Amino acid sequence: MKEVAVIGGGMTLFRRHLLETGKELSYLATKMAMEDAGIEKDDIDMVVMGSAPDAFDGIHMKGENLLDGAAGVGKPYVRVFNGGGTGVFAPIAGWWHVASGVADICLVVCEEKMGNTYPHPQTAFRHIWDPILDRPLTPNLVWLFAMEMNRYMTVHGIKKEDIALVSVKNKRNAVDHPCAQLADPNITVEDVLNSEIMAWPVNRLDVSPPSDGAAALIFCNKDIVHRFTDDPIYIAGTGWSIDSTMWTNRDLYFPQYVAQAAKMAYKMAGIQNPRKEIDFAEPYDPFSYKELHHLEGLLLCKKGEAPILTREGVTQRDGDLPVCPSGGLLGVGNPIAATMGQKICELYWQLKGMAGKRQIPGDPRMGIGQAWGDIMQMGTVMILRRG
Amino acid sequence: MSRKVCVIGIGHTDFNSMTPDMQWKDIMYEACKKAYVDAGIDVRKDVNSFITCAEDYWEGFSIFDEFVPDQIGALLRPCCTVCGDGIQGLGNAYMQIKTGYLDVVAVEAHSKASDLLTYGDIVLHAFDPRFEKPISGPVERPNYAGSPEYPPENPKHLIGRSDEKERIHPYFLAGLEMQHYLRKTGATEEQCAAVVVKNKRNAFFNPYSDYEAKIEVEDVMKSEYLFKPVKSLDIAPLVDGAICFVLADDKTAKSLGNELIYLEGFGYGSETPWLSTRGMDADYARIAAKMAYKMAKITEPRNEIDVVEVDDKFSYKELQHLEALGFARPGGAGHLIEEGALEIKGSLPTNTSGGSLGVGNCLEATGMQKSLEIVTQLRGHAGKRQVKDVEVGLAQSWRGIPSGTGAVAIFRRG
Repeated sequence: MKEVAVIGGGMTLFRRHLLETGKELSYLATKMAMEDAGIEKDDIDMVVMGSAPDAFDGIHMKGENLLDGAAGVGKPYVRVFNGGGTGVFAPIAGWWHVASGVADICLVVCEEKMGNTYPHPQTAFRHIWDPILDRPLTPNLVWLFAMEMNRYMTVHGIKKEDIALVSVKNKRNAVDHPCAQLADPNITVEDVLNSEIMAWPVNRLDVSPPSDGAAALIFCNKDIVHRFTDDPIYIAGTGWSIDSTMWTNRDLYFPQYVAQAAKMAYKMAGIQNPRKEIDFAEPYDPFSYKELHHLEGLLLCKKGEAPILTREGVTQRDGDLPVCPSGGLLGVGNPIAATMGQKICELYWQLKGMAGKRQIPGDPRMGIGQAWGDIMQMGTVMILRRG
Repeated sequence: MSRKVCVIGIGHTDFNSMTPDMQWKDIMYEACKKAYVDAGIDVRKDVNSFITCAEDYWEGFSIFDEFVPDQIGALLRPCCTVCGDGIQGLGNAYMQIKTGYLDVVAVEAHSKASDLLTYGDIVLHAFDPRFEKPISGPVERPNYAGSPEYPPENPKHLIGRSDEKERIHPYFLAGLEMQHYLRKTGATEEQCAAVVVKNKRNAFFNPYSDYEAKIEVEDVMKSEYLFKPVKSLDIAPLVDGAICFVLADDKTAKSLGNELIYLEGFGYGSETPWLSTRGMDADYARIAAKMAYKMAKITEPRNEIDVVEVDDKFSYKELQHLEALGFARPGGAGHLIEEGALEIKGSLPTNTSGGSLGVGNCLEATGMQKSLEIVTQLRGHAGKRQVKDVEVGLAQSWRGIPSGTGAVAIFRRG
């Protein structure tokens, strides 16, 4: 097994891109990552593409369509997919391409273009339900997550004010992110609580915005990393886990699948006490409560403790455990798979000291990124460390 | 340091043109269960990772990955979807095992093609929506099985007709490519027809095939031109079925006492997605073969490989792929079929299972069906179609029109 280093990262502006096609977005992110790493297209051995439902673009075999924008022509190229979890899963696939010794340099590209969907990206989500048991209820993702949020609040006795703090923190953090779509330096808890109710208890500002964008990362094996950098960032651990399709049959208050994935990653990284050894975290935050939910799933705090940490400011960028210093999905935007930009690229930039105004103080050495997908059933986790 | 990767279990369903009594979950369950029993493992304890090869549009879901874990035994375990051919799934399993962290990986691929009412239209959605899809004509008027032109009594009308005014079926691309292939290499339509005859005959000896037939070259030649020079019998009809492989590192495999079939190497490669700038010479197979031969340390494929399964979604593809894989010079594969070299008893037994023409086109499971036959042959379990003295076998697949992606896997008996 070979150790895998991250040597380049790239990300496009997140917003509605009416002029660029999916492959052009992929190209922009890929180019930025290749320039960061200082490599040419011919140096890349294999390519991994991550992109969520084909229905967003209306293109069957969407991976094939995107391949020329992602430097995949004439190369072994594969698309991996597990719904929203893809943003962290695609780099996990990139990790095994290099760790196995099959590729020396692997490019990972994640692209999503939700803006094509008419009239709204939610229409693509009409077809994610079980055709017999779920679809007759004409469900919608927001009300599904409202149920999960409600359950989480009920079990732990959490107030909406505490959850709104997550939106405030992330949207303020996002002010410093050059790709951000929905940053707001002056947002307050009242703004979140007074925003339109989508499906109680979810308000509009508790939800991340649909978006278009792409992100890219370049991995190489440890034997050749000296060619590119003196201060390499390594992948310390990876984990992924899936739970049953039958979301009705489990208690939604705790994401067991995230805990399984995190345990797998901690074991690989040799981490005994995650709360002490992890310096900062980028959990998946498509909804404000999900950041808290996932912090607990990642075993970074006890069940029900995450809102308290948030209230005490522990998760602020200058706190003891900075969480979503990038601004997360709530602030930067949520182009499903391309959120690799806030989750894994951000770890790389923070550890490398390249995060600019977002840089967390101190000397972060170990960061964890996580994504969540399918119907509340997939957890994907990756840990990066410096040196 | 380097561990080797073995196939320790295989399982598959019967292949049928229609399976209205089965859901996709049922066929996946059946194939996986058989593979776990074959491997002699307890899926709840022994399998470390699961891979399914599927595309959303084939399945009719936006996120098909959701509907995978329960029936394959992957609850609260690492599981993912590879949007590609089965051999790409095997390749990713190979890499997972090679990392040293995962010992046993299950790979599943399936086709539920009979659920597709609008196969041609779905294929059309794989064309670039801005520049290529409009070539097939206006998209407002669907024309599919179930519509008045193709009444429900005849739902197996799988392919469109080239004389349709409203819409051109995307298989027109195969017609263009076959024309190019015949012109460039000097191969003949009769040689392609002989491939159909051979594969449909081989399928008689394969208990799970669905399109076996006793036909002659004249029958193929007399069948209707659909996308000239592609005739209706040159096209592999669609089929339903599921296949599961269990892969493991050699140490685990030995401790389980399984017969060792090594996955020696794999490769996959893609050409540009733009039809207008892509060559029509199956370069994807060359890229994939180069990678696989390097990994398996094969320098002379014709001498070192004993049994071959290549993609034959169209009859000419078998010949084209054999040439791209280095088994014959351009135009040489046509002579091989004439000489009988590709028969089960020939010098280069090809598509002994019946291939896609005999078994059926099982979409993303095609590569798995090819690999299944190679592993069956290497184990010596192929019954009447068994090739004698086989050590090394090659499986190759192509993702079908309009894709420029193909994959190769090489297996060796332990």
